[in-house]
Amino acid sequence: MLSVEHVSKVYETRRGPYKVFDDVSFTLQRGRNLGILGRNGAGKSTMIRLISGAVRPTTGRIRRGMRVSWPLAFGGAFQANLTGLDNLKFVCRVYGVDHKPLVPFVEEFTELGAFFREPVLHYSHGMMTRLAFALSMAIEFDCFLIDEAMIVGDARFHERCHHELFVKRKDRAFILVSHDANAIKTYCENAVVLHEGRLLSFPNVDSAYAFYLETMAPKPEMIERWRM
Amino acid sequence: MAATSELSFFQGLAIQYRVLHALMMRELITRFGRDNLGVLWLVGEPMIFTLGVTGLWSAAGLSHGGKGIPIVAFAVTGYSSVLMWRNATSHCIGGIDANKHLLFHRSVLVIDVLLTRIALEIIGATSSFIVLSSLFIFIGWMQAPVNLMTVLAGWFMLAWFGASLALLIGAATAFSHLAHRLWHPTAYLLFPMSGAAFMVEWLPKKLQEVVLFLPMVHGVELLRNGYFGDVVRPHYDIGYMAECCSFLTLCGLYLVRRASRSVEF
Repeated sequence: MLSVEHVSKVYETRRGPYKVFDDVSFTLQRGRNLGILGRNGAGKSTMIRLISGAVRPTTGRIRRGMRVSWPLAFGGAFQANLTGLDNLKFVCRVYGVDHKPLVPFVEEFTELGAFFREPVLHYSHGMMTRLAFALSMAIEFDCFLIDEAMIVGDARFHERCHHELFVKRKDRAFILVSHDANAIKTYCENAVVLHEGRLLSFPNVDSAYAFYLETMAPKPEMIERWRM
Repeated sequence: MAATSELSFFQGLAIQYRVLHALMMRELITRFGRDNLGVLWLVGEPMIFTLGVTGLWSAAGLSHGGKGIPIVAFAVTGYSSVLMWRNATSHCIGGIDANKHLLFHRSVLVIDVLLTRIALEIIGATSSFIVLSSLFIFIGWMQAPVNLMTVLAGWFMLAWFGASLALLIGAATAFSHLAHRLWHPTAYLLFPMSGAAFMVEWLPKKLQEVVLFLPMVHGVELLRNGYFGDVVRPHYDIGYMAECCSFLTLCGLYLVRRASRSVEF
């Protein structure tokens, strides 16, 4: 089980401390999933980073009773001089896995061809995203952290990601964060909304969706302001 | 990877070993690439520095022959010592920034990133020292060390000093760019005072007291005492150096701990 207990996160800014969110708690059982909806800047990425352990909470704690992935398809760590294969070797060493049996899968999924053994320097954006996603799939986890904004690609890529994640690994837990309510509706059995520093829970995805749409609707004074 | 966040000490150790190995392999390729000599540059770079300084000092006729110390051995022991305390820190600066995206892998910690760079620099400087002195001893430009154990002790102390300083300043860069800005001038100014280019005995009494505040001077004196024997009266207090290193290590570890909490993306 993954449990997030009374977590808050404060970032220091030049104007003083900025609280991203306060007193957030939830749990996720093995094999279950959760969608986190939030507008731009609501703290979705921070939430994923906290759960992954890359960023520490200011207060509260996060207990991971299962193997939790790094944020899916996170490719920021690619170093220009390293090849795709080097990057695979690196994550395999970190997680204590033999890389050789994984090479065929990564080569097949990324469709990098000869570029798999070329420095990342020569990759296009799409090639990097495919590599990043394949590396996330190469290591086995019980719970995947998915930031929908990270997985950008064409329809074919989306379809293959969908197959790897939600078909081949449908027994795993996952947390999906997105500003796109439809994605959450499609994949998640439960949804919460990050809104103004709070995590709001709802009895079902539809009511979360309805609330989220409402927060997205422009307020009357805004309409007034933008009226010509 | 264990499923829970509570790990035994030995599980933790195994993970740390794995992570350090992964980071080191990555760092080697990132830094040196696969072209020409590749990873051999880890040793080649400090060797070229040391050779250059040895050549310069010899050409400048900085001969201390009258004082009983041959210039080649003096330069090799001196400049290698500088590499030991200077390079680890210079490479740890910016180390956290360059690697912070790797912290997305939960088992990769800030201290691993710094330890990797420290270890590589110490391995490089040590190998360069061994290769150069072996070569010079073989062709007769240098004598063999009088007391190898004392040389090793001096080397170990310099390594400890270099590592603790690197930990401290490397972690400090996570909080302030000041550490970055100030390190290079400081290192430059410390070089002439670090004992690389003199023996403490040769200095006037007043100056001796001043330079002996610097911990690395004690290490260099010990190292040279082991290398040349009693040709020159050494001045060192290893107890003092150990105290300084312990203090730096503790401060460094504390800052690393704070840095790992405050790294932002």
